Amino acid sequence: MPGVESVEHDVVIVGSGIAGLRAAVEIKRVYGERVSVGVISKVQLMRSHSVAAEGGTAAVLYREEGDSFSLHAWDTVKGSDFLADQDAVWLMVKLAPEEMRLLEHWGIPWSRRPDGRIAQRAFGGHSFNRALYAADKTGFYEMQTLYNKLLEYDGWERYDEWFVTNINIEEGEFRGLYALNPRDGNIYLFKAKAAIIATGGAGRIYNFTTYSHSVTGDGLAMAFRAGLPLKDMEFVQFHPTGLVPSGILISEAARGEGGYLINSKGERFMARYAPQRMELAPRDIVSRAMMTEIMEGRGFKDPVSGLEYVLLDLRHLGEDKINEKLPAIREIALKHAGIDPVEEPIPVRPVAHYTMGGIHTDTYYRALDVEGKWIRGLFVAGEAAAASVHGANRLGSNSTTECLVSGRIAGMLAAEYALRVKEARGPSRERSLAEEDWVYKLVRRESGIPSYQIRRELQETMDTRFYVFRDGDSMRDGALKIIKLREAMRREGYVEDKSRVYNTDLILAIETVNMLDVALVIAKSAIARTESRGAHYRLDYPKRDDVNWLKHTLAVRYGEDDVSLSYEPVRITTWKPTERRY
Amino acid sequence: MVFDLKAATRTPPRVVRIRVRRYNPETGSSWWQEYEVETYRGMTVLDALLKIKAERDHSLVFRYSCRMGVCGSCGLVVNKRPRLACQTQIAEVASEGRPVVELEPLYNFTVLRDLATDFTEFFRKHRFVKPYILRRDVREREEPTLEYSQTPDELAEYYEYSLCISCGLCDAACPVYASDPNFLGPQALAQAYRYIADTRDELWEERLRLLDVEGSIFKCHFAATCSAVCPKMVDPAGAIQRLRSTLLKYKVRVYRKTRVAKVVPPMEKREPQKPLPPEATLVEGVDLKLLEEEKPVIPVEKLLTS
Repeated sequence: MPGVESVEHDVVIVGSGIAGLRAAVEIKRVYGERVSVGVISKVQLMRSHSVAAEGGTAAVLYREEGDSFSLHAWDTVKGSDFLADQDAVWLMVKLAPEEMRLLEHWGIPWSRRPDGRIAQRAFGGHSFNRALYAADKTGFYEMQTLYNKLLEYDGWERYDEWFVTNINIEEGEFRGLYALNPRDGNIYLFKAKAAIIATGGAGRIYNFTTYSHSVTGDGLAMAFRAGLPLKDMEFVQFHPTGLVPSGILISEAARGEGGYLINSKGERFMARYAPQRMELAPRDIVSRAMMTEIMEGRGFKDPVSGLEYVLLDLRHLGEDKINEKLPAIREIALKHAGIDPVEEPIPVRPVAHYTMGGIHTDTYYRALDVEGKWIRGLFVAGEAAAASVHGANRLGSNSTTECLVSGRIAGMLAAEYALRVKEARGPSRERSLAEEDWVYKLVRRESGIPSYQIRRELQETMDTRFYVFRDGDSMRDGALKIIKLREAMRREGYVEDKSRVYNTDLILAIETVNMLDVALVIAKSAIARTESRGAHYRLDYPKRDDVNWLKHTLAVRYGEDDVSLSYEPVRITTWKPTERRY
Repeated sequence: MVFDLKAATRTPPRVVRIRVRRYNPETGSSWWQEYEVETYRGMTVLDALLKIKAERDHSLVFRYSCRMGVCGSCGLVVNKRPRLACQTQIAEVASEGRPVVELEPLYNFTVLRDLATDFTEFFRKHRFVKPYILRRDVREREEPTLEYSQTPDELAEYYEYSLCISCGLCDAACPVYASDPNFLGPQALAQAYRYIADTRDELWEERLRLLDVEGSIFKCHFAATCSAVCPKMVDPAGAIQRLRSTLLKYKVRVYRKTRVAKVVPPMEKREPQKPLPPEATLVEGVDLKLLEEEKPVIPVEKLLTS
């Protein structure tokens, strides 16, 4: 086996979604050739999961019309069920408008008003029409704009389809990371003065999910293995409207534009759960309402997949409005379910959609250890980070906003840090050889259990035990199952493909290891939190408990299959927690 | 590509044979391999490939990610026609009479392994046409005051060309590209036009001059196969025609961009600030008016040296 080759940049960015690309653009447009950048992505750079964001991006554009930063901040804090750190929320809300206008100046086709200004629409949980949109392909266009913008600059390298296997932290400092080159199958050491983890969430640990296949929690798992705390991982958002049976997202825009949710009795049942906001109540509330309808026998059942669902009815909007405002939704329903929403309602059920938790950071997206000390040189951006602006539940259209703002902050700080540091320090040679060993032991094994089987069982466990409604006994069974699957993967995980070029069988196996790490953290964090808050809803503890649980969970790796949990207070700087009603 | 709703919603043959053109770069060998797959109504070509990979042959290589037609990863050739695997129903491409689906890597691209092809050149050509807004007011572009004005009609001028997901199907279908690897190809050319047609773009001449060279837009002989296979209805062939017309007019000095977008004027105060609901209880001593007006600060020095 050849020794580990190394690559060096001032800043290395892992992940090429909105957050990663925004960070790269920030460094290039401000620091130019003074800071060299490497962008590593497990997919080709413009294909990250951010392209799937449909509905909108929240920002206060026109205070002249009555919106305010205070209102955006309040909506976000209330939506988070008061688990958001309020200073982080303020920072996001304040930086958001400039991000929208930068994208505009760089070419994004924001939908417009007749007078040439930017159009905004209603979105769940926001008490003002503040979601900017580019038809219903908002995330796609944000990606396209940032990727194209980055092409304007020199002094950066792209590593399309390189798969980062681990990050290395020594003496409280970032000391390089390892990535598998798909073209030769070798592990390369990336040395850099600073790194930004922008690898997104972990939604593929569920089977019924809106996420792209690529979102397997890699960055979260790497941080976990490097001893960093993962924060608030029990909070997984279920979007109310996943298309049955594929899980493809039917954007909230469908309800923003006036779509109804209907049960098998033909009722707009949201009247019973959120009489004021109706279908536009926050996602956790709508998801639970839908599941209650289904569990009380007022749903429908898909004969092929066995999935139960309710209906999303757009018919009253008419063909013209659907074509103008919701073209992607019509296209998706037609191509993936054979249903024309102009003629028929769409079958939907709650679907795993967003990972509120992430790598523990401060307000400025610096990665922190469990004592709150900065891991020097390391930053996190986007969904991978928990700063935390979303707390226990994210509001629709705030995710892409956070990706943009945090990408900018992390990019700026990483560049500034790189300029202050003399040289990139790497790991010891032994550490590098151990990395090769870790990756290649999977390939060397001559027989065993293919990772696909383990992954499938994990997804089934998550779909049933850690879904919209949770309870202690069921989650404890789930955790035992996850530990069994971890053992199976460790002892018998098997890669059949022995090739060095484009070995996707090996990549899938490493992803499965990552998924098992993230699942363990979610399970342990969720079991410990004996209350219901935001997206974490327990039948055995159905009430929010501010006395005991108004705090963030921090989970750190402990031994092979356990985590040690500790808690940190929420930064409540502006508004006191109150009951959350819509 | 016009979507055949009737064909797509049919039930496919119960079992289909998926024939895959494979290539092993380490041995240099290439061969056809066949897999029998049990289908169901609604199964896509990508679903079939994922089933093969998980259950039958872990070594099969193909790209995929979003499975909803927006990431552009899964372009391949299905029964001789470039398509996205995730948007192709098995029922569209297999029938009881011919329950066979033939899959090949994208034509006109170098094969890396099995169905995965090399996009390096493709990305380079895209970059070559300067696919970003070029402005004289560089400072405004990087430190915006407000947005550039663009009416819905002005947006519609380029919108269809902005739908490109860089999947490569158009270049794979292009007969000119097949014979001349230096041809920029329909994807890059459509993107050149997308930015020229955008009212916010000011230095469009730079881009036109790039295209005014041997082997560029005049190579296209308008087979229009690019537009026929585009999964996003981008119409690259139409864009190339428009580019030609623009360039010719430019060269005889009759083309002028009708209007370059300017920053919108500041809005006049129209409504009082919407009040926060009564349940928004402030922490003692907080001045919300002050917070509302405060500029955001990132204490860089303190953060990086602490």
